[in-house]
Amino acid sequence: MDDLITMTAAELSVAVTAGEVSAADVTQAHLDRIAAVDGSVRAFLHVAAEDALSQARAVDRRRAAGEPLGALAGVPVAVKDLFTTVGAPTTCGSKILEGWHPPYESTVTRRLREAGAILIGKTNMDEFAMGSSTENSGYGPSHNPWDLARVPGGSSGGSAAAVAAYEAPLALGTDTGGSIRQPASVCGIVGAKPTYGGSSRYGVVAFASSLDTPGPFGRTVLDAALLHEAMSGHDPMDSTSINAPVPPVVAAARHGDVAGLRIGVVTDLSGEGYQPGVMNRFTDAVEVLESLGAKVTELSCPHFKYALPAYYLIAPSECSSNLARFDGMRYGLRAGSGSAEEIMALTRAEGFGAEVKRRIMLGTYALSSGYYDAYYGKAQQVRTLIIQDFEAAFSQVDVLVSPVTPTTAFRLGERADDPMAMYLADLCTIPTNLAGNAAISVPCGLADEDGLPVGLQVMAPPLADDRLYRVAAAVEAAFTSRWGHPLLTEAKGLKSS
Amino acid sequence: MPITRDEVAHLARLSRLALSDAELDHLAPQLDQIISAVAQVQEVAADGIPPTTHATGMANVYREDVPVACLTPAEALSGAPAVEMQRFKVPRILVEE
Repeated sequence: MDDLITMTAAELSVAVTAGEVSAADVTQAHLDRIAAVDGSVRAFLHVAAEDALSQARAVDRRRAAGEPLGALAGVPVAVKDLFTTVGAPTTCGSKILEGWHPPYESTVTRRLREAGAILIGKTNMDEFAMGSSTENSGYGPSHNPWDLARVPGGSSGGSAAAVAAYEAPLALGTDTGGSIRQPASVCGIVGAKPTYGGSSRYGVVAFASSLDTPGPFGRTVLDAALLHEAMSGHDPMDSTSINAPVPPVVAAARHGDVAGLRIGVVTDLSGEGYQPGVMNRFTDAVEVLESLGAKVTELSCPHFKYALPAYYLIAPSECSSNLARFDGMRYGLRAGSGSAEEIMALTRAEGFGAEVKRRIMLGTYALSSGYYDAYYGKAQQVRTLIIQDFEAAFSQVDVLVSPVTPTTAFRLGERADDPMAMYLADLCTIPTNLAGNAAISVPCGLADEDGLPVGLQVMAPPLADDRLYRVAAAVEAAFTSRWGHPLLTEAKGLKSS
Repeated sequence: MPITRDEVAHLARLSRLALSDAELDHLAPQLDQIISAVAQVQEVAADGIPPTTHATGMANVYREDVPVACLTPAEALSGAPAVEMQRFKVPRILVEE
């Protein structure tokens, strides 16, 4: 493989800024890689080749003129296809938005452009971010670079697969119930869900507004931190954006030190349904943290077992409201003929896939008069109890740890028409979304039974995102030194390329 | 209490989804299964527990009321399925009795 595609984002931005390599060459190398492997991985829905090269030449011109370059100068970033981008289509993986070109730019992608990043293309996803495998995409699934017959996770599966396949050093995702951490875990890369309100939702097509959180993917902890910092910060265009300094995640990623840190193992996130290989790697990772001087204790968060049912009431309720805007009137698909109401119903029936329809109807049910108190109202109370569980835990420890997802990457098709089985993939990640906290997935080895990657989840209180990177950097350093190489070099799916 | 196929058809109408009979047959048992599972939240003793709508607790957040650049009519209409006289052209809403 070309050196330019195996370099980290941290190395690339330094090399571009120093003039050792041009942003145009870096971009071309990644476009070549995409051309070589994306027929197998199918991470991208749209590759913005010409636009990316013109962004890269602009960075090179600024450097030649002696102008200051941003923290991500010349670094290609793959963008989940629900960030609105001027000049590239935005489909959310849905047929209802096929061919739509947004008239405005999301805050996150605007910030990345300002930081010198090269937006190289839009990545595949479960339709409107609903799913854990990319199989709910209206444009066909993406494939896991470790084993092309398996899912890359989801909903940000295209972004995770692109980074794991060296098609981009960095990618953007969104995490509503685990949609960054679960694909990062099953693709063997790093993915973080920032504190809710830490990264702007302006220009992020809404699924569940109280939960949706944009966040970074990278092959290393430091790379994820660089993207995390560049994309974050207060945005007056998002009324839920927190007006506080961005936690010092890059500094934390450079100083992975857990000596004296209090780490809690959540005993409720283990047991039946967890693959033995996943639990073994998790136990190893906890032992590593202990050997590095962390004080590890076990504790219980008794309401976490109700997080999954509460989430599958709250998220569909919000989705049924948010997706009402797709009515065939102002943008997107318009299907059929007749009255406005008939056209709306025909458009939505034709444009939405099965999972989106299921969730819209589930949300409509949960919000119906007569059922509201028993379902949606109760779920909101459970949400309070989960926040209280976290608060009690964080009064005793600095971070919590658990597996990211109960299993390694499953086979394409295995859970495609079994919604409840699919939902279980987010069992360990959902509590963090309900509480608005921050969490990260960092690789901690391969499961014995299938040789597929396993992620360690680290969870922190709101606005303590830097703790995630401190722990993840320590885990990464310890395991990379034990393995003698980065985990991703063992990925077999693309070995021949 | 199981959810019936008729109830699912009613939900589809409320959701503005013109589902085929085959889709209703497929979705009805799945929705029943999901609703039975999520009903677990009712086991939780939550009397007196306030609901959480979102985690930050912020409310009534406003920007300064200053004019800024906005979309032009052409930009706003750029994705419209049908346009007439600088407006979104939509199907008839009121049907004559």
